[in-house]
Amino acid sequence: MSRQYIIRRLLIAIPSLLGISLVLFTILALAPGDPFEELATNPAVPPEVRAALRAKFGLDDPVWARYLHWITAMLQGDWGFSFVSRMDVDTLILQRLPVTLIVIGSSQIIAILVALPVGVLAATRPYSLFDQVANTFAFIGFSLPTFFTGLLFILVFSIQLDWLPFVYRADIDATGWQFYWEHIKQAIMPVMVLGLFQGASLVRYVRSSVLDVIKLDYVTTARSKGIGERKVITKHVVRNALIPVVTLVALQMPIVFGGAIVTEQIFRVPGIGSLLISAMLANDTPVVMAVTFVFACLVVLFNLIADILYGWLDPRIAFR
Amino acid sequence: MGFDMNEHELRGLIGKVKIGKLSRRGFVQRMMAVGIAAPFATQLLVHSGVAMAQAKDTYAPTKRGGGGILKVLWWQGPTLLNPHFAVGTKDQDGSRLFYEPLAGWDPNGELKPKLAATIPTRENGGLSADGKTVTWKLKQDVKWHDGKPFTAADVVFNWEYARDPATAAVTIATYKDVVIEKIDPYTVVVKFAKAAPFWADALVGTRGMLIPKHLFQDYMGGKSREAPTNLAPVGTGPYLFKDFKPGDLVRGTINPNYHQANKPYFDAIEMKGGGDAVSAARAVLQTGEFDFAWNMQVEDEILARLEKSGKGRVEVTPTGNIEHIQLNTTDPWVEVDGERSSIKTKHPILSDPAVRQALSVLVDKDSIEKHIYGRTGPATPNFLNNPERFRSKTMKFEFNIDKAADILEKAGWKKGSDGIREKGGKKLKLVYQTSINQPRQKTQAIVKQAAQKAGIDLELKSVTASVFFSSDVANPDTYTKFYCDLQMYTTTMSQPDPQLFMNQFNSWEVATKANKWQGRNITRWQNAEYDKLFRETESELDPVKRAALFIKMNDMVVGDQVVIPVVMRPGVAALGNNLVATISGWDNNTWDLSDWYKKA
Repeated sequence: MSRQYIIRRLLIAIPSLLGISLVLFTILALAPGDPFEELATNPAVPPEVRAALRAKFGLDDPVWARYLHWITAMLQGDWGFSFVSRMDVDTLILQRLPVTLIVIGSSQIIAILVALPVGVLAATRPYSLFDQVANTFAFIGFSLPTFFTGLLFILVFSIQLDWLPFVYRADIDATGWQFYWEHIKQAIMPVMVLGLFQGASLVRYVRSSVLDVIKLDYVTTARSKGIGERKVITKHVVRNALIPVVTLVALQMPIVFGGAIVTEQIFRVPGIGSLLISAMLANDTPVVMAVTFVFACLVVLFNLIADILYGWLDPRIAFR
Repeated sequence: MGFDMNEHELRGLIGKVKIGKLSRRGFVQRMMAVGIAAPFATQLLVHSGVAMAQAKDTYAPTKRGGGGILKVLWWQGPTLLNPHFAVGTKDQDGSRLFYEPLAGWDPNGELKPKLAATIPTRENGGLSADGKTVTWKLKQDVKWHDGKPFTAADVVFNWEYARDPATAAVTIATYKDVVIEKIDPYTVVVKFAKAAPFWADALVGTRGMLIPKHLFQDYMGGKSREAPTNLAPVGTGPYLFKDFKPGDLVRGTINPNYHQANKPYFDAIEMKGGGDAVSAARAVLQTGEFDFAWNMQVEDEILARLEKSGKGRVEVTPTGNIEHIQLNTTDPWVEVDGERSSIKTKHPILSDPAVRQALSVLVDKDSIEKHIYGRTGPATPNFLNNPERFRSKTMKFEFNIDKAADILEKAGWKKGSDGIREKGGKKLKLVYQTSINQPRQKTQAIVKQAAQKAGIDLELKSVTASVFFSSDVANPDTYTKFYCDLQMYTTTMSQPDPQLFMNQFNSWEVATKANKWQGRNITRWQNAEYDKLFRETESELDPVKRAALFIKMNDMVVGDQVVIPVVMRPGVAALGNNLVATISGWDNNTWDLSDWYKKA
């Protein structure tokens, strides 16, 4: 039954992805700008060169023709060709994806590592000093945009204290421990910025979710059976309280990717986020299309994962 | 102009240098005494057949390598590494790590040999008397990074490759109208259809980087994009290609067989891209994480503050780029045959010379330099500023509100009850547009304020840069359409020769609907005398006369207030304290990379 459900959901995803691609493409086509703009202001490059390039890359075709061309190529696994780098878009994205996954993955781990204990502790002692401090920090944490905390971190840790580098380098010429140490050192700031932002909002979800569960009768029953408080919390409360949190983590992934775009730009992390920004600045439509489409797929995918996880964690939810 | 010395006397002096009666230095000093700048004077000697002493080589290291890693930061990283496809300077700068031209342009706009054995001159027979051929002697024993020899065949191949329209090379304009032939394995000749006073475009500088024939010959024309070497360059330059991530990182390691002794100094180079200009400046000036950062588009005030950390310095390099205000010659508010600002119309207000004169004394250039641009924008009266040999000495600028008011008053523009002048029912109201960019908006405000006092009402308009500078035919707000009275932006000069730069006032270059607004003449000013002078510069082989022509052309457009020059926009780079690097405004930032080193 659940397999049928997954297949159905995947089939539903197809038209939504098609719709997303159509909207993206139209917006990009309507937006001003030209990938060969820089050539336009260069007196040494006559306009015919630009016209020839535009023709070569099919930029003069009507929007619908370009879209059809793009979508048929995409369906055959051809992600297109970057106007600006003159190379295949999938190579570009694959080059960048690992860094983004590492940064986002570790920031998610940090977020969960921080949010779980803090949220649970805060919920078990509601309105205590710890709870209030945790709440305040959580509030500050998710109110501050990542670009702001990023700059703040750079000012404090790189410029004032001179502890950490603020330019991320994907290729480090070191071996052994040195290699890992250099990598960790340069990843600390971007990972922390994203992780703390994400962690801050998670703390509040964990707390309220635990608070909901902790009041339920079965918890009282468990306590009255004489089970120790620690065991009640870990075995009985947290397990049930985490069901909505897990789905929330999955649903929040798109936001994390969005935050990563800005953070990558600030720290010069060579991920797909910074690729997206540079492609947008250069009006490199095929790359912008591909990266945004990857993001769109991730959103759809994580929505699906959230739904499936929910049903798996809570058997009362039926797939239909 | 304004040479007190006549041509005859000048030739006499040059003759004396030739037969050794007058020293080169003595000649240059005399020239300077009559107001001819030193670089210009030396060029006079070159073109008159007197060999030029090579600029003093200040390279200090006595062995190759040993300098560690050179870390440079381009806040927009190179996105491709084939110089013939380079869309922007960042791509050329990146390609230059590995590829070299026959010669590069130094900061004075003089040639420095790279792959050429010598610079062609009249004396060494490199330049023909009729100006139609240039013979280049190539350096021998130069090897491509893969060990194959560099020869004349490679040079000829670059011409064939670039001029083929199917290759879609951005360098096509440089190569399509010349013919390059091999004379012997180490000699090539560049032939021009007409006498070419400026002969050093093909094979030189930014568009002259040479790619190897043996790796590209199978990828000419339509197949050009498939060449594996597009992304993994094999050149002759000081560094061997290591790896490349478009927009992010280019890495190279020392070329142990580089054709110049004791060079390069660094063992490896890392060119990092991405981020923004301010943090790039920080990484060099404040934390010292990087040795060099490119194109510091940062307010001078911030740069000066960062410099105080003592880790690096800012270097300002002269270029020909000029931030200027254009005055529309045509009427932007009337539509004729589907286009506004049509050359069939005349501007109702700006066609009055008094208004143009008044506007020109209402731009407070000193304040704009002092309060907005600082070192990154020196005020100037000229449109054509550099190389210095082409700079007019007769133009002056002033800021004088009373004078503007006086000029307008005399011309019959009388103040109305609202303080705005009018004449014959026409109010002195103009719309002044530019792209969205903080220094530009500040400049607009300064001009508006002064104009207000003189009784001119300026309405300010600012357009997103991506729209303003786009070539979108459907958009009315692009700078080439100029659907506005006044507009301001920087026009760039990519060569140390004003020929291409000065074509933006030619009658036949007017941007119109017919040419999809791709013409270079945006002000739409048309002047038969200017056109004639321009035609003369195209064939005048005497550098002195030719420079005088350009100076006269500058004086015409500035004197007639076709444009009001505001500030020059020099190149600005951030360098670590110990880094020694020559940056040129006429070539890529990395043009002389082989000679970069760190002081001990």
